[in-house]
Formats: sequence, structure tokens, C-alpha cells
Amino acid sequence: MDLQTLTYLFVGGTFALYIGIAIWARASTTGEFYVAGKGVHPVANGMATAADWMSAASFISMAGLIAFKGYDASVYLMGWTGGYVLLAMLLAPYLRKFGKFTVPEFIGERYYSQTARVVAVICLIVASITYVIGQMKGVGVAFGRFLEVDFEVGVLVGMSIVFIYAVLGGMKGITYTQIAQYCVLIFAYTIPAIFISLTLTGNPVPQIGLGSELADGSGYMLAKLDTVMMDLGFKAYTVQKGTSLNMVLLTLSLMIGTAGLPHVIIRFFTVPKVRDARASAGWALVFIAILYTTAPAVGSMARLNMINTVNGVDSQGTAYTALPAWFKRWENTGLLAWYDHNGDGKVQHAAGSAFEGKPRFVTNEDGSAKRGGYEERVVSNPSDGGRKEGAPFANEIYVDRDIMVLANPEIANLPFWVIALVAAGGLAAALSTAAGLLLAISSAISHDLLKGIFRPDISEKQELMAGRIAMAGAIIVAGYLGMNPPGFAAQVVALAFGLAASSIFPALMMGIFYKKMNNIGAVAGMLAGLGTTLIYIFIYKGWFFIPGTNNLPNDAANWVMGIQPESFGAVGALINFVVAIIVSKVTAAPPEHIQHLVEDIRVPKGAGTATGH
Amino acid sequence: MSGSAGDYWKANIRLVSILLVIWFVVSYLFGIILVDVLNQIQIGGVGLGFWFAQQGSIFTFLILIFVYAKKMNALDRKFDVHED
Repeated sequence: MDLQTLTYLFVGGTFALYIGIAIWARASTTGEFYVAGKGVHPVANGMATAADWMSAASFISMAGLIAFKGYDASVYLMGWTGGYVLLAMLLAPYLRKFGKFTVPEFIGERYYSQTARVVAVICLIVASITYVIGQMKGVGVAFGRFLEVDFEVGVLVGMSIVFIYAVLGGMKGITYTQIAQYCVLIFAYTIPAIFISLTLTGNPVPQIGLGSELADGSGYMLAKLDTVMMDLGFKAYTVQKGTSLNMVLLTLSLMIGTAGLPHVIIRFFTVPKVRDARASAGWALVFIAILYTTAPAVGSMARLNMINTVNGVDSQGTAYTALPAWFKRWENTGLLAWYDHNGDGKVQHAAGSAFEGKPRFVTNEDGSAKRGGYEERVVSNPSDGGRKEGAPFANEIYVDRDIMVLANPEIANLPFWVIALVAAGGLAAALSTAAGLLLAISSAISHDLLKGIFRPDISEKQELMAGRIAMAGAIIVAGYLGMNPPGFAAQVVALAFGLAASSIFPALMMGIFYKKMNNIGAVAGMLAGLGTTLIYIFIYKGWFFIPGTNNLPNDAANWVMGIQPESFGAVGALINFVVAIIVSKVTAAPPEHIQHLVEDIRVPKGAGTATGH
Repeated sequence: MSGSAGDYWKANIRLVSILLVIWFVVSYLFGIILVDVLNQIQIGGVGLGFWFAQQGSIFTFLILIFVYAKKMNALDRKFDVHED
């Protein structure tokens, strides 16, 4: 069977499965719609949380990031897993004991303030919307690459699938589809990794392969990669390039941000008991760790594979016409490009840039790609072709990071069904995260804004309908933004994590661990943390990410104490804590019943099946 | 908070503090601040600091959460604040 048919079969099969689950797991109450009736087994919830958490970025981009940044990418590995320790010990069990439906609901009630609730809703919606745009884009890209349908059609198909199971089933439908999606994505990720580790090192376990000797007898894999990269003028793979301060702060921002992201927190509202919430965070991390500990092996091995394939056995380059088919296939997608700087007809890869910025491909008048003498795609913006210091020759190729996972099976010469599986896995990762985010958005609208503030008198049935309508609206907005991404789409990670770290996490933590925290202190803290983080990001990246409006150039010389904007969330969180504590000391203590509420959520006893109000 | 509820909360804070110290040590200390020192020790073909940054810290996080869950459940029973 050819690749196209196999891919349609795998993707079609998984979609049919998701729809089947949607019909089986319909939601009939608001409890089922918001928190799956609080009846999800902790292991099942762990699996659903893992799928919820691991997005298109984790599946497609992370290994590429590791491949190109080497040791410095450790911040993502530690940051996006260490947050679960904070979540398990500082938030999840207590919020589960509180027993309501949404994150803003806790903030509103704990700080006896509608203002606090509205601030939380705004943070939640901004963080979730920016995040969901990336998922919708991921769906479109995966469809485009593997099924050769238009980007817009891909987004539309993805929207329709999410629409069916999220609108029908709410959290209940989403939970059970996420479990299925986790299985698909983890198989799709680990099977190619096992194959590659086996071929390169002879060890089928990628985590062990990372520290093993190469099967061809040329020494340890990482040592070899270090040598190969230094020979080409790169810095060694395992050596630190950034500053330790930035690495510490970025890791901390990602950890605090992870623990403060509402779509992850609400997953812990779905388990029956407080002790289930504790264990469930552990299970979530088990399922996440399977992918996250595999990724360093995938990244390093893919890098070594790619360099070896491109530069050939004699390390002097490979004739373009002799390159394997995957090179041309990915060149056609625009994620790879070649310019023959030295005119020898061979493709060479080394440190330095082959193009001025990203490659710009030339098209013929009929819109088809213009081809050069070797049938390669013609590019209009080659660099001056200078050799970088330490490199043996000028770099002639551009490689997009995302290729590392998507093209990995092809680079390693794996069978077609593995490639088809990777397509289904990428879609599962994007759809599962999108659904979780959309639920967080729709419940904030129907439960916090409509039921909580504007129309407290609506019946449960009306609220359920409002939830479904909000969900449908959120899907349409997300799909529209996915098709027409605003210029700042690439900055979403910094923004979403910065927001969650500097506003939501401190408010939640102080709500539990600092009984005397009052309404004014919490709101002042949230606004101070959020404000400074946003301002710091905007100063260097442009106001509202509009290019050219930044006050200072975004480079190390201009950063305050050398702190990069992405790392500022941790500082914002600190500001939030300090401001909140000072303000609460000089204003009236919270009323007696709020202090009792805090005492009550600190002990598990008495956590019943939760109620809406 | 008075009596056993207060003691329960203190025991909880003590447990979480110890676990978070370990959380800090394996990631920030071993994985970033002391990475060059630890990299002088090799396990297989990986420097120990690099290993903590890309593998070891994640495995430790897992153990920390399960230890926390187990110890907290024990505390719940000891202070008679457990569910059901």
C-alpha cells in the first residue's frame, strides 16, 4: 500500500474512534460537562492529563528544539515536567477539595471578590486562546504535510472533529477521547524512537541508547555528536551556551506556568477524591515522562543522522542528485532549502546560515516552484556564502526544527506505516490539547461569567446549553485564528506561561497556604505580576507584539540583569507574591468565614461529590 | 487552626518542604548550576550533569510525587482527617 493510502487509513481510523467515543460519552448534566461527573479513575485522569498537556509543540517541535539547542533545551524538559511536582503538592489536592468547577470560581470565592474572579477569567481566556491558535495551526500543518490537503481544509476537518466530541460530551467526552489520543500519540512517538535507537546504538530503549556506544564502533553516541558538531564549527552539543541565570529563571517560569495553566488544573477536578488528585498528578507525569525522556534521544540521534546523511561518509557533502527522496519531499514543503554556495553540486551542512533569514522560494509565473540545474528549488535570498570560523566549508542548507520529528522516520528509512502513524500522532497531540483548552475557555464563559456574574438565576439545563454554545463559539474563534494567525502567534509560549506564572499560580497558592491573604492583596498582586510581566515582554518584543514598537532591542546587552523576556514569568510571580503580602498586611484581614473555608480545604475529610453551588 | 488540625498542617508543610528541596537540588543545582562539575563524572556515555538535566530530574520528579501521595495518605489517617 502506498504512503498516502496508509496515512488516510491511520488518520481516518483514529478519527472514527474519537467520534465513536463522543457518541458513547455524552454529557447530560453541567457536572458531566465541566468535570466529567468527578468520576474519572486517577490513572485514567493521568493519561488524559498527559494528552491534554502534550501539545503539537511537545510532539512536533520539542525534539527539534533539543536537536538544535542541545544541552540548553534541558530547560524545556525540566520546566514542563517539574511543574507537576508543584501542582501535586501545592494546588491539585486542595482545589479538588474545594470541589467546584473552574479556576476563576475558586479565586472569586476565596477572595470574596467578583473583581478577582473577572481578572482570573481574563487571564485564563488570554492564555488559553493564544495557546489554542498554535494547536489549530498544528492540525493544519499536519494535514498539509501528510495528506496534501489545503491548510484551511485541514483546520476545518480538525475543528469539526473537536466540535463533535467537545460540544456533545464536554469534559466527559474530552476525557475519554484524550485517553485514546494519548495511546495514539505515545505509540507514534516511541516506535520511531525505538527503531532509531536500535539502528544507531543497538539498544532498543532510547533512554539507554542516549548513553550508549554507537553500533558502528565509533565510540559513545553523545561524544561522537560533540566531535562531529565541533568539526563543523558548531558549539559542542552537550555544552551550555546560555547563561545559568537565564536557564534557572526560564525553567522556573515554565514550572510555575505549567502549574498555573487552568486547562491542566481543571483536569484534577474530575477525580473522585482528594487522594486521587495527589496520585493522579503522579500518573500524569508517568505518561508525560515516557515522551519527555524519549525526546532527548530522538533529538540527538536525529541530529547525528541528519548530519551524516547530508555530509556523507567522507564528511565532504553529498551530491544533490544522490540524496534520498525525503530531502526533496521536505524541500517541496519549504522546510528544507539548499543553495550551492561553492558550485560543486554537493550539499554541505556546517555552522553558519546559508540564507539571509528564512529561505524565500522563487515561483514560476504559473505558480509552480522554479527549479534549478539539479531540479532543486530556486531560492532568492542566499547569504554571502562565507565560511564560518571553525567550519570546513560554508553551510548550504536551511533546516526547519519541526522536521526532526516529522521527517525522522524517513531519514532513518523506516517503513511507511510508521510515517502514517506519526501523522496520526501529531494530530492526536494537537486535537487533545485544543479540546482541553476549549473546555477551559467555554466553562469560564458559561460558568464564571454567565452563571456566576451576569445571570445567576439560569437553570442547570440552560447553563448546559450555554456551555455548549460557548464551546461552539470558542471552536469557531480558534479555527478562524488558526487560519489567520495574528503576527504574535510565535510568541504564544512566552505569553501563556508568563501570564499563568505571574498571575494565576501565586493567587491560587496564597489562597491555600496564606490564610490571611485578603481580596485587595490578591487582586493587587495579580495585577502587579501580570502588568510587569506583560510590560517586560512588550518592551523587548513590541507592544502587543506589533513589530517595530519595541522600546529596546531584544538582545542580551539590553535585558535587565541579562534576563530574557521568556524567563520573566518567574520574576513576575515573585512581584505578585511580594505586592500581595505587603498590601494584605496593611488592609483588613479576610472575614471569619473565608478563614474557615481555607481551614476546610486544607483537610481532605468531607470532600463529597462536588456540587455546582 | 488548633490542636490536631494545626499539627496535621505543620506535618504537611514539613513533608512538602523536604520534597521541594530535593526537587530544587536535582533540577536547578545538579542540572544547571553544578552541571560542569557533575559532567566530570560519566555514566555510560553521558555526563552526570547533562543526565540530570535531560533524564534524571524527570525520574526524580516522578518519585517525589508518589512519595508525597503515599506519605500524605498516611498523614490523613494518622490525624484522622481522611475521606470515607
